[in-house]
Amino acid sequence: MTAVETEAGTLQKGSAVGQSVPRKEDRRLVEGQGVFVDDIKRRGMGYLHFVRSPYAHARIDSIDVSAALELPGVYGTLTGDEVAILTDPFFQIAAPPGGHVKDYALAVGKVRYLGEPVVAVVAESRELARDAAELVMVDYEPLEVVVDARVALAEGASVLHEECGGNLSYSGVWEWGDVETAFAEADHVVKIEELHFDRFNSTPLECGGALVEYNRGTGQWTMYTNNQFPGFAAIMMGPAMRVGLDKLRIVTQDIGGGFGNKITSHPQLVVCCLLARKLKRAIQWTEWRTEFHQSMSHGNERWFEGTEVAVKADGTLLGFRTKAIDDAGAYLRYEPLGGVIWSQVAAGMYKWRHIRLEFTQAMTNKAPVSPNRGYSRMQQLWFTERVIDIVAHTLGFDPVEIRRKNFVQPEDMPYETPNGCVYDSGDYPRVMDMALELVGADRIDERRAEAASRGKLLGLGIGSTLDSGTNNFGQSQLINPDLQFSGNNEVATVKLDIFGEVVVTLGTTPQGQGHETTAAQVVADILHCDVDAVHVRAGHDSYWNSHAGFSGTYASQFAVTGLGAVKGAADMLAGQMVKLASMVFQCPEEAIELADGFARIKDNHEAALPFMALGAIPNANNAGFPEDPPTMNCRFVYRPPFEVPDKETKFGNLTLTYATQIHACIVEIDPETGVTEVVDYAAVDDCGVRINPQIVEGQVMGATAHAIGAALWESFVYDEDGNLLTPNFYDYHVPHTLDMPPLKTGAIESPSPFTPLGTKGMGEGGGGGIHCICAGIQDALRAAGGAIVTDSHNPYHRVWEMLSHPERSRETVEVTSR
Amino acid sequence: MSTTSTTRTITVEINGTTYERDVPASRLLVHFLRDDLDLTGTHVGCDTGSCGACTVQLGADAVKSCCMLAVQADGLSITTVEGLAGDDGELTPLQRAFHEHHGLQCGYCTPGMLMSATALLEQNPKPNEDEVKRALQGNICRCTGYWNIIEAVVAAGEGGAR
Repeated sequence: MTAVETEAGTLQKGSAVGQSVPRKEDRRLVEGQGVFVDDIKRRGMGYLHFVRSPYAHARIDSIDVSAALELPGVYGTLTGDEVAILTDPFFQIAAPPGGHVKDYALAVGKVRYLGEPVVAVVAESRELARDAAELVMVDYEPLEVVVDARVALAEGASVLHEECGGNLSYSGVWEWGDVETAFAEADHVVKIEELHFDRFNSTPLECGGALVEYNRGTGQWTMYTNNQFPGFAAIMMGPAMRVGLDKLRIVTQDIGGGFGNKITSHPQLVVCCLLARKLKRAIQWTEWRTEFHQSMSHGNERWFEGTEVAVKADGTLLGFRTKAIDDAGAYLRYEPLGGVIWSQVAAGMYKWRHIRLEFTQAMTNKAPVSPNRGYSRMQQLWFTERVIDIVAHTLGFDPVEIRRKNFVQPEDMPYETPNGCVYDSGDYPRVMDMALELVGADRIDERRAEAASRGKLLGLGIGSTLDSGTNNFGQSQLINPDLQFSGNNEVATVKLDIFGEVVVTLGTTPQGQGHETTAAQVVADILHCDVDAVHVRAGHDSYWNSHAGFSGTYASQFAVTGLGAVKGAADMLAGQMVKLASMVFQCPEEAIELADGFARIKDNHEAALPFMALGAIPNANNAGFPEDPPTMNCRFVYRPPFEVPDKETKFGNLTLTYATQIHACIVEIDPETGVTEVVDYAAVDDCGVRINPQIVEGQVMGATAHAIGAALWESFVYDEDGNLLTPNFYDYHVPHTLDMPPLKTGAIESPSPFTPLGTKGMGEGGGGGIHCICAGIQDALRAAGGAIVTDSHNPYHRVWEMLSHPERSRETVEVTSR
Repeated sequence: MSTTSTTRTITVEINGTTYERDVPASRLLVHFLRDDLDLTGTHVGCDTGSCGACTVQLGADAVKSCCMLAVQADGLSITTVEGLAGDDGELTPLQRAFHEHHGLQCGYCTPGMLMSATALLEQNPKPNEDEVKRALQGNICRCTGYWNIIEAVVAAGEGGAR
């Protein structure tokens, strides 16, 4: 256990940044006074329940809602046929063939995955809505199901979207450097037949939901929701609903976890909007757990086929080539952006310069994928880490030393990768050494022998990851040149109100990341006041002006975009406060300082204006000034410095910052059962300047737990008929208290030279735990046949198979040396 | 088919207040608390009794209020998260410990965690780490990885918050 020292009550004004200030959010949350979406009520509201498809692939022959409508207390229904009349299909990010997908808010004519919403029923209570949904009669004609992306792309496979002419959504060749020459110069070529990254997601404890009202006078909808990327939801919804974005007011409040899984709830929000208008009443929708598992935002499953790695005799890695096959599920709700996001970390943390990756994405009869903590980069980083460990295993290199040799070095920073991304700062060897020290790697031989004496196999694993943050949305043009998105932005306003209250509004949608606290820390230091004197309005409200097109909380960016905006607005306000004080005292601005909650004359502290006076003058007492006093209401839009990447060469900087996390673990495997136990674990983080170390450590811990779960227990398993076999927390085992290994954490700070505060986005962790547990298992199995770990998910039965038939995986790896 | 039309009158004491209400026989206790009484601190995170977000105290025991019908609580006494802090708003040592040890992020599992841990501390005032883990194994948290939660409960048992 680690303990983080908190500094409650001892903070000096002007030094809040860098301190573990206890969170401002906590009080309401520990009292049960948070306001989550399902807590919001309206008089006469109707509860919505979805009728969902029991088939993975079927034609809808008929729908009969009459029995449901006859039930007293049922307010109404909505079917796909109505949706197809009232809305247009959602805008597709993909170019053809994926761009031809016709995606509506409810199934139209056909269902494509088990759990797809077919009809919505609204009634006076949750229970009645659910009962009534069971009375809706839908006749289906089952169609052939395809659940494997590799099969979906094969000739003759059952086709989900006929208009696409097949199941391919996107394909592209990504090549940088001189791959042919690298392989010609290699002393060894390691060939890996197939690697598989499993399907799971981070399953926030609160499921999706909304309370939606329609104002018939203004034609405007208000959506109280836990969608975590309202800017994206709005641009999906507006054109589909044939309205301008001014008609779509999206409001968020406390959100019970997100992890990316709450980005693509726009179809459900459209259903709520249509029903609020149709039934002339507020609509309350809260998803049940089983519904979430069946239909929301699975992580991207990915295969890497025919990988080849070019290696010099001394262990220098020259490059690799591979074919990635990605499974998007049934609809492209955020995809095929996963087809480019991976390239933010194409090279992982290593200096190889010659890379070729053929990316192909298929649609299958499974739930649609969309961002999940570490979105698409986690898959690529797992791949590079697996490659390193497999190369080390087969060529006899030490996994630590081959990393140390091939890491991008601190003196290389800022480092431009083969595809033009710029790693801003970092010290990977040092972070790795810290992680190894924390798990006692120097005593590994001794521990291995001790474990062996108890009949256990012990292994050490390393997982090196980058958390690339602050997207350049221009990368979307690399998968669809016609898209008109680029750059990024976030907005904050900081104002001084009449009684001197410092009020901050954000465009972000925090889900536990502590934005209220860290924003207040930044503002308090700039205005030189107490953190407690800064009031931060949590959540997003598109009705006001504290948002921009990319507003939301996703993709590791708040510490850069959100706090960059907060800093900008607070700097503006500080300037205005100084100016107003200089007007009042009739002295130059240079003579004024902000200190201890006052604007005062530097060499005459008696001449001091409290915040209350500064707030009151422009707002309520402004006569007699020879020129306008400043407004004390400042809005700042932070825009990171980006160029549009080159579409031909797929070259350019795709994210502004690269935080580092290196995880190390020691695992023990019981050869009798194949059960893996993590007996020691360390995660070391470097995210540049930490505004609040305790919050950073909390994010590291959370990402670690997700990764351990995904490595050992969590998997969305489908049978060949497309039935989800893990649709709830019984069958989908997320880690519980008793599952957690002892954890040690560490941190260094390599400030980003590119960001206003030296911060980097963090929180996703890049799946470090998955990579290091895979490595640990492979290391442990050396003493029992030397199986190669080729899957990201290794439950006991897979480990058992590796123990029983180590040759099966070994035969999939081949070395050619000259 | 529709059981929702059958209602019964129940009397329940919650956080010291007695409520008499007509409830549909099919209504879960958690939805009675949330929808009928507006005690929305008790949350719902699953539909299989697995996650513990809905945990309340029924007498001395921590129970999952999604696994009981409201009518089964007739005549009983319940404490929810809203009933933890004193009338003067003073947080319990456990609530303070969660705050100081960063034992919560999104806060959605927190009420259930607090109720399970409160029941533990009443029965075992100084639990060790292993006892805390066992007492909280029915509560899922997806944000923290549990480490700080366990630390907070142990600290609360050792004399409250720092």
